[in-house]
Amino acid sequence: MFISINWIKDFVDLSGLDIDELIHKFSLSTAEVENEIFYKGSDVSGVVVAEIKSVENHPESKKLHLLKVDAGDGKLTDVVCGAPNVKVGMKTAFAKVGARLGEIEITPRELAGYTSCGMCCSEKEIGISDDHSGIMELDESLVNGTDIKDVMEIDDIVFEVDNKSLTNRPDLWGHYGIAREFAALAGRPLKPLDTVDLTEYKDLPKVDMKIEDPLCYRYSCLQFENITRKISPANMRIRLFYCGMRAINFLADLTNYLMLEMGQPMHAFDSRKVEKIRIKRFEAPFEFQTLDGVERHIDENTLMICNDNTPVAIAGIMGGLDSEIVEDTSSLTLESATFDAVSIRKSSARLSHRTDASMRYEKSLDPEMTVTAVARFVKLLSDFDGGVKVTSSLTDEYAKKFDKVTLSFDKRFVDRYTGIEIDNETIVKTLTALGFKVTLDGDDFTVDVPSWRATKDVTLKADIIEEITRIYGYDNFDVHTAAAPLYPVRPFAEKSIEDKIKDILVKEFSLHEVHSYIWEYSDEYKKLGIVTEPNVKLLNATNPNIETIRKSMIPTQLCQIKTNSSYAPSFGIFEIGRTVDGIDENNLCREHKKLAVTLFSKTETTETLYFKLIRMISVAVDDIKHKSLSFTAKETGLNYIHPKNFNAIVCDGKEIGEIGVVHPEVLKNIDKKANVVFLEVDMKDLVETENAGIKYAEASKYPSIEVDVTFVADTFRPIKEAIALINSELVKKTSVVDTYNDANGKSITIRIVFSHPERTLVKDEVMAIVNELIAKLESKGIKLKA
Amino acid sequence: MSEQIELLRKKFEESISQVRDASELETLRVNFLGKSGFVTTLLKGMGKLSPDEKKKMGQVINTFKTSVADAIGKKAEELHELAVKKEIEMTPEFDVSVPTDLSRGSYHPITLVQRQCENVFKSMGFTVEDYSEVVTDYECFESLNIPKFHPARDMQDTYYLTNGQLLKSQTSAAQNAIYRKYKDQLINEGKPIKAVFPGRCFRNESTDACHENTFFQMEGVMVGKDISISNLIFFMKTMLSEVFQRDIKVRLRPGFFPFVEPGFELDINCLICGGEGCPSCKHSGWLELCPCGMIHPNVLREGGIDPDEYTGFAFGLGLTRLAMMKYGVKDIRDLNSGALVNLEQFTDDE
Repeated sequence: MFISINWIKDFVDLSGLDIDELIHKFSLSTAEVENEIFYKGSDVSGVVVAEIKSVENHPESKKLHLLKVDAGDGKLTDVVCGAPNVKVGMKTAFAKVGARLGEIEITPRELAGYTSCGMCCSEKEIGISDDHSGIMELDESLVNGTDIKDVMEIDDIVFEVDNKSLTNRPDLWGHYGIAREFAALAGRPLKPLDTVDLTEYKDLPKVDMKIEDPLCYRYSCLQFENITRKISPANMRIRLFYCGMRAINFLADLTNYLMLEMGQPMHAFDSRKVEKIRIKRFEAPFEFQTLDGVERHIDENTLMICNDNTPVAIAGIMGGLDSEIVEDTSSLTLESATFDAVSIRKSSARLSHRTDASMRYEKSLDPEMTVTAVARFVKLLSDFDGGVKVTSSLTDEYAKKFDKVTLSFDKRFVDRYTGIEIDNETIVKTLTALGFKVTLDGDDFTVDVPSWRATKDVTLKADIIEEITRIYGYDNFDVHTAAAPLYPVRPFAEKSIEDKIKDILVKEFSLHEVHSYIWEYSDEYKKLGIVTEPNVKLLNATNPNIETIRKSMIPTQLCQIKTNSSYAPSFGIFEIGRTVDGIDENNLCREHKKLAVTLFSKTETTETLYFKLIRMISVAVDDIKHKSLSFTAKETGLNYIHPKNFNAIVCDGKEIGEIGVVHPEVLKNIDKKANVVFLEVDMKDLVETENAGIKYAEASKYPSIEVDVTFVADTFRPIKEAIALINSELVKKTSVVDTYNDANGKSITIRIVFSHPERTLVKDEVMAIVNELIAKLESKGIKLKA
Repeated sequence: MSEQIELLRKKFEESISQVRDASELETLRVNFLGKSGFVTTLLKGMGKLSPDEKKKMGQVINTFKTSVADAIGKKAEELHELAVKKEIEMTPEFDVSVPTDLSRGSYHPITLVQRQCENVFKSMGFTVEDYSEVVTDYECFESLNIPKFHPARDMQDTYYLTNGQLLKSQTSAAQNAIYRKYKDQLINEGKPIKAVFPGRCFRNESTDACHENTFFQMEGVMVGKDISISNLIFFMKTMLSEVFQRDIKVRLRPGFFPFVEPGFELDINCLICGGEGCPSCKHSGWLELCPCGMIHPNVLREGGIDPDEYTGFAFGLGLTRLAMMKYGVKDIRDLNSGALVNLEQFTDDE
């Protein structure tokens, strides 16, 4: 919304003040002001009132005329002018030689063989409208040579307030409300609005009007006739133009002017078309043509203004084409009303039609304003069109009043909330300047909230704090830390484990942390040939590629691996992110926080990669929980997972995740020459695993004995189980030192380290254990390698 | 015999002058001083002499023997020095101008900025919390003083799910749970609630270089007996100065957010131009960084805290925005792209 300082000055004396500074203050105390401030008219100089004394047609041009103009300097000046509306005796705006109009400096110049010493100007050339149809026609009574700026309000300072910062301030949608803020910020009084006393029409007949729907809070109207003026006064048109509106005709301009001044939208109907005003909704939907000529679909929720049963306007949004003021309108009915804000907002959203009126109504306008706006309208109307006659008494139905808001608080409350010392006098002065009625008894305040702030904006004591502090100025705050008792802060386990995992994977294993989206990328999945199970979906995604929420992060990572397939011959990525595994019995999403790791290599075998990944997660779990992991085969029906080597990651007997290899059909779409393995761990399961802690055992001072034995076995698992079964305290460590295949099948060489804490071992006791192991395995059909 | 010695001396001197390395020297030593060397042979040959001559010749031979041994010793030392010198000379000089391979793991830039922010607040006694990404309407709106049909629900285009839940559009969605988690400690033990909770947020909008539908915020709240606007400004200024490692100027402007009253927009002086005005700050010298405010009484009440007893502040810091500012990331989409060619640069920043 654009704000004109000239307009503000109608209501506050700003003389002697730095306007830029004041606008800056407004921005810090009230609402955000866009950076650029417009100094209107600052690029216009040397334009004066001049009279056209003679007009001759240019001998060779059909368009050009040769004029002699009197610019009040005691001589006639020759001007070549192309405007179609030139005539003798007309007074116009004349840019003399030396004048400036924006970038242009006026100099004598040759035009089609004649010298033109100056330029007659259109409104567009002066910058006060976009009318370029002809040169300006000024009042005949003006004295030639008078500076145009003394005749019209061309000089102005205009700034733009960000509408978004006004959503909670219905009172700031007009200049008068903004002026109130300026008055408070400048410490100067706010002048009352100049209105007429409407009671003088009280004996005239009433308009036939009735509110038939609770969505209309108040409806005030008045009838007029004999409006003769067609074009608005220049200054009114300039203000409208500077504030971003186009002048249409006097009546339309006046309703717009009132809206920009008071924030109250108004509408004028042709009285012939609206004899019985009824405000209501219709049960059956219908089409309705608004005054912009567009057919709009009206449903049962849209509040309408009607002539009895015929709709004539969409309440609070736009008037209808049929009841619009036309050329032969002699009598009109002026509407000044308040409607339910939510209803207007929803109707305007439904119709996808946001107007200057609806934008204001949806902020909850003050119903107290409707009658004052009518009184102000009559004042301006009669000021500019003396023959106007009011033909009805004020007809006003006030169906819903907002509750009066009175708030009580004490100085201590303000001190606590602000943390600084603001004295009672400042509080009273500030609130009074903003229109609050304040009573102070000792340190106790009672505040009546003005109606224009009481529709929703100010309802609590905390709201009063904002009023006091914003005018006080946040820059003026003494800033200090809080006093609070000390106590230990326990870290949130989930967060610190997350941090540790990230550190281990980045620092120890050189993986890269990535981020991704919580939904499936359907187009990318398709490219890789990944099919997923159905899951919860987004209802309202704008992008058709995103719809289903992911159940697993692995497909996400496979897409990211594909993106990076030419990044390096070998690399790994990880992310701690979220998945949703369907809906639980309470219809809530089963959200999981997961760690996903994926390794890619063009140089290493799948097996090597797989064991690297096992090492990564084992080291991480050992660091974090001091627990070891085991792996048990799992089945999968998912088409992107290789059916073999898909294992559950088990810790403390509980499955905490899965590790696997990418299915060859999907792998070939990622990179034909690469191998890819992945794992996914549920963070909650990991966090909940008990931490075994470090169990310190002093190293034996006596020599240990190492024994290597080779078995013909497919896996290490039975050997491991047999050793566990023997459960000898002398066995310190078992490791696999070699595996190989020959004609007899697969062989595994294990190395067992034996030691005793207090003595040197005897060979016999060690061999007894080894023989027991051999016997145990033999009983299971696992033979010693010959 | 003396002539014989003289001849041997000459032979020795000639031989030693031709020795080039340790093995030749050893051969020479064996030839002269070995068990069947010349000197030993000389000594053995003395048996035929008279005792007097024996004594005399013995001395002469021994003198000769010593001089040979000394000469060999000296030569050995010379050869050793030469060998060391030669070894050093032979050692190649490394080409340290070859570029070093720095490839290693990397953190996501959000993790780095998040840790910096968390650390500042941890140092001031705040807990760091976490929250789900799928939330209910109550958590995201109702509990935050945003009733149905409130315009604030239009302001943020929320992703709704088929089961009626939604993807949280703001980290404030965790506020209610945080209040409920800690309110008893506040009320019974007088421990102020001090918590930050970073998290992923979602907005239903089309993406471009400046807009993302998935981004990170960090919410912070402090609730206690007399928490004030003055405290809020202090904590924001302190935290931002710590994160950026320099003195940051902040300013507050009124801002409307239903869950705070008063609500503010917090601006910091532009880090690129220092406040002079540049294209990054649209020539204003200020950057809008973070909405904040005093927690709305209805929000406290909904969290089980009496707003007449306690006050508090809340802020919502845009971590994604902060990371972009801090590292000069121009396209927001790089952050969720997973493109390692960009992300590998964030190795560490503690």
